[in-house]
Amino acid sequence: MSALLEITDATKVFGGVRAVDGASLSVGANTITALIGPNGSGKTTLFNLITGYLRPDRGRVQFAGRDVTGMDAGSLYRRGLSRTFQQARVFPQLSVQENLVVAGGYTWRQLFTRRVSSSDRNRAGQLLAEFNLAPVADLLASELSYGQRKLLEFAAVLMSDPKLVLLDEPTAGVNPVMIDTMERHVRDRHAAGITFLIVEHDMSFVMRLCDPVIVLDQGKPIFSGRPSDVQTNPLVLDAYLGS
Amino acid sequence: MHAFIQGLILGLLTAGVYALMASGQTLIFGIMNVINLAQGAMVILSAYISYQLFKSFGIDPFLAIPIVTVGMFVIGVAVQLLFLRPLKREDRAELSLLVTFAIALLIEGIMSITWKTNYRSINTSYANSSWTVFGYQITLVRLWACVLSLVALGLLYVLLNKTRFGRAVRATVQNPESARLLGVESDRVAALGFGLGSATAAAAGSVYGLLYAFYPGSHYDLISLLLSIVVLGGLGSIGGAMVGAVVVSTSSAIVASTISPAWSAMTFFVILIVVLVVRPRGLFGSTARGAI
Amino acid sequence: MSKALRLSALRGAAFFGLLAALPSFNLAHWVLNMLVFTLMYAAMSSAWNLVGGFTGYPSLGHAAFFGVGAYAVALWFQHHAIHSGYEPFVILPLVGVLAGLIGLPVAAVAMRTRADVFAIVTITLLFVAQTLAFNLHSITHGAQGLSIDPAPFSPATFERPFYYVLVGLLALAMGITYLTIKSKVGLSLASIRADEDKARGIGVRVSGLKLLTFCVSVGLTSMVGGVWAYYEGFVYPQFAFDPLITISIVLMTFLGGRGTLWGPILGAFVLELSQQNLAYRLGGSQFYLIAYALVFLLIMLLLPRGILPTIQDRLRYRRRRAGAAEGDDRPSAPAPRTAAAKVAVGGGERA
Repeated sequence: MSALLEITDATKVFGGVRAVDGASLSVGANTITALIGPNGSGKTTLFNLITGYLRPDRGRVQFAGRDVTGMDAGSLYRRGLSRTFQQARVFPQLSVQENLVVAGGYTWRQLFTRRVSSSDRNRAGQLLAEFNLAPVADLLASELSYGQRKLLEFAAVLMSDPKLVLLDEPTAGVNPVMIDTMERHVRDRHAAGITFLIVEHDMSFVMRLCDPVIVLDQGKPIFSGRPSDVQTNPLVLDAYLGS
Repeated sequence: MHAFIQGLILGLLTAGVYALMASGQTLIFGIMNVINLAQGAMVILSAYISYQLFKSFGIDPFLAIPIVTVGMFVIGVAVQLLFLRPLKREDRAELSLLVTFAIALLIEGIMSITWKTNYRSINTSYANSSWTVFGYQITLVRLWACVLSLVALGLLYVLLNKTRFGRAVRATVQNPESARLLGVESDRVAALGFGLGSATAAAAGSVYGLLYAFYPGSHYDLISLLLSIVVLGGLGSIGGAMVGAVVVSTSSAIVASTISPAWSAMTFFVILIVVLVVRPRGLFGSTARGAI
Repeated sequence: MSKALRLSALRGAAFFGLLAALPSFNLAHWVLNMLVFTLMYAAMSSAWNLVGGFTGYPSLGHAAFFGVGAYAVALWFQHHAIHSGYEPFVILPLVGVLAGLIGLPVAAVAMRTRADVFAIVTITLLFVAQTLAFNLHSITHGAQGLSIDPAPFSPATFERPFYYVLVGLLALAMGITYLTIKSKVGLSLASIRADEDKARGIGVRVSGLKLLTFCVSVGLTSMVGGVWAYYEGFVYPQFAFDPLITISIVLMTFLGGRGTLWGPILGAFVLELSQQNLAYRLGGSQFYLIAYALVFLLIMLLLPRGILPTIQDRLRYRRRRAGAAEGDDRPSAPAPRTAAAKVAVGGGERA
């Protein structure tokens, strides 16, 4: 299994607190990898380090065979590494369709073309249809339900044909039907060749969907392996239940 | 060398007043995320009020401080309730900046009509007495101004650290969300905090009036001075504002005494730019807050 | 879509046709003078709107660039003669480029962090520019100011060349705004305004676009400053770098509606015309300082989004209700509260 994403000895300190502490882990190509761990174990900080929102104090991040440590979020996105946020960040004053179009990762020359061209409309239209958002394509994103916003954010980061998508708690705050929908979309896209790294608290979602599972505790991984082994691992139980 | 040391002395003595003004500004930012562009105008307004109290009733500006402070506290609370609280949350940061700028202009307009636009100064009997130590001049009034500012800052420290209100303020500064969850009434803290910020402007203003001649437009000079102090110290940090005040005050006084007073205003900008390039969060700005 | 396009083309043609025709009605000098100032403010508000409205970075320092433009023209004609009278207009593009270049490092420092620091830097910049104008005596003649040779235009139609150049600058500013809205630049700016960090993460060229927008905006502003200097015939530091200029253009943009094509122009015409009237009646500048501040506070409190967006919302709401009533028969039809409908409404092409 070749690694698409490789993190070596990453460390990030906030005012004396080691949020990520010498973490090394890798995400294999064509996997749906889960990243779990108790609250405050550094999952979100690690996400921010990987996606260029934060610079690691120490350590390296390699993506698709290249060292991308300290590269900014935009460049990483254009290289095929994209993410969603826990709180479903969409642009409320843009229409649903525009929320997709704006995520196209354009060159400077393309920026000076039509706001929404007919080819944009086609490209966005396919994703909107896939995510069942076509009927609301012309509404403002602020008029969507929370679950729909989560879907929209997910759909938008696919506009750049990414290799790796990081999902930050895709099921948080959405209803059970929407959780199933989310799972289906991840499976579909995985089948189409996208690798996923997912932070998630919903264990049944993780167990159904992800393999392998990485467990983070106090800023570094303490377990990496098959989902069936997670529940029996004493280190993991320790981290979750406290000793 | 003589000019340099004279500038240093002057700068250190003046730093107290600036620290007082800036502590109010940074406090307001810490509580509400509002950059109060009217802080300078409130300082000048207070200077005018003590000028008037001195001229009409012969009240010494130092003694007038309690009166002016209470008055400005009330004005500050009123400003917050009337103009800042009604702003919608989502664009409060952007709008509050313009609202406070408008308030500054309003105060400037009122001052221009009440006291005309020529320079005024408060000429007490002791205004010109000074000591000479090793050939360096120390103006008495500056020394007193410095002492008084330090006393006011001490009171502010006690208020923030030893009272319930102070705890609520500090909790709000550190983390507005959890403060609200813990039952801090953020609206009340905001109103009182803005009043407190204005009160520091008042105390500083009475002193400022003794040190400098002023006119309604003087508040423009204070805007950039105060902003560079609070950015240097780190927005929201009172300790930072004090250190910032010392740095800005001494360096601009040294520039004034060694090069030319005309260039001292440039010092603020240079300091501001250097801070923003080298350390955008300022000397004591918190790093955790504002993280994604 | 094409209907909306035709409508906005029509609106633009009508507006600029009227502006072009106005001087031929033999208006009195004081009326033309008033229009000249109104056009200056309309062009500057439109330019400010690119940064303050579309990008969400409220600059308080645009007056600094107005002053840069004014001094650039005044300084150039200390060393060059004015023959035909049109030379100062010819160098305006150069002035704009110069101001844009000066704006580049300013924006690079000021726009690194969020909007509050940006406001601090820009307002400080304004005072620094004023200080420099006072202190660099050998270049600017300090408080004495600089004078420019009077324009050799016929007294009967003296204002006209200035007027038409300003109409041109307004058209330029509005044209740039229109193209911004209709292109992916405007789409990207809207995402920056809404959530800059998120925009960065989906490949929007945040830093580059902010710099570009700022430079274009201050470039336009400086060109207006250049026309002003020539029109007045002299420049003094306190008038060229006046905080009131900044506050006026911000106020006008807010009044009309930031982030819209026509809002700043509407705001400028309403405010500048009434301000000129106010100045005639009240005379003293202190009173209009107070009036200005009060108007500003009232707008912030009562109409924080500005005239045009408020009207648009009303119309949208009414249509939505009408649509909902219609939709009783066919529930599958989405109510016409679409973003596309929103663009077509009112005249405030909004991003």
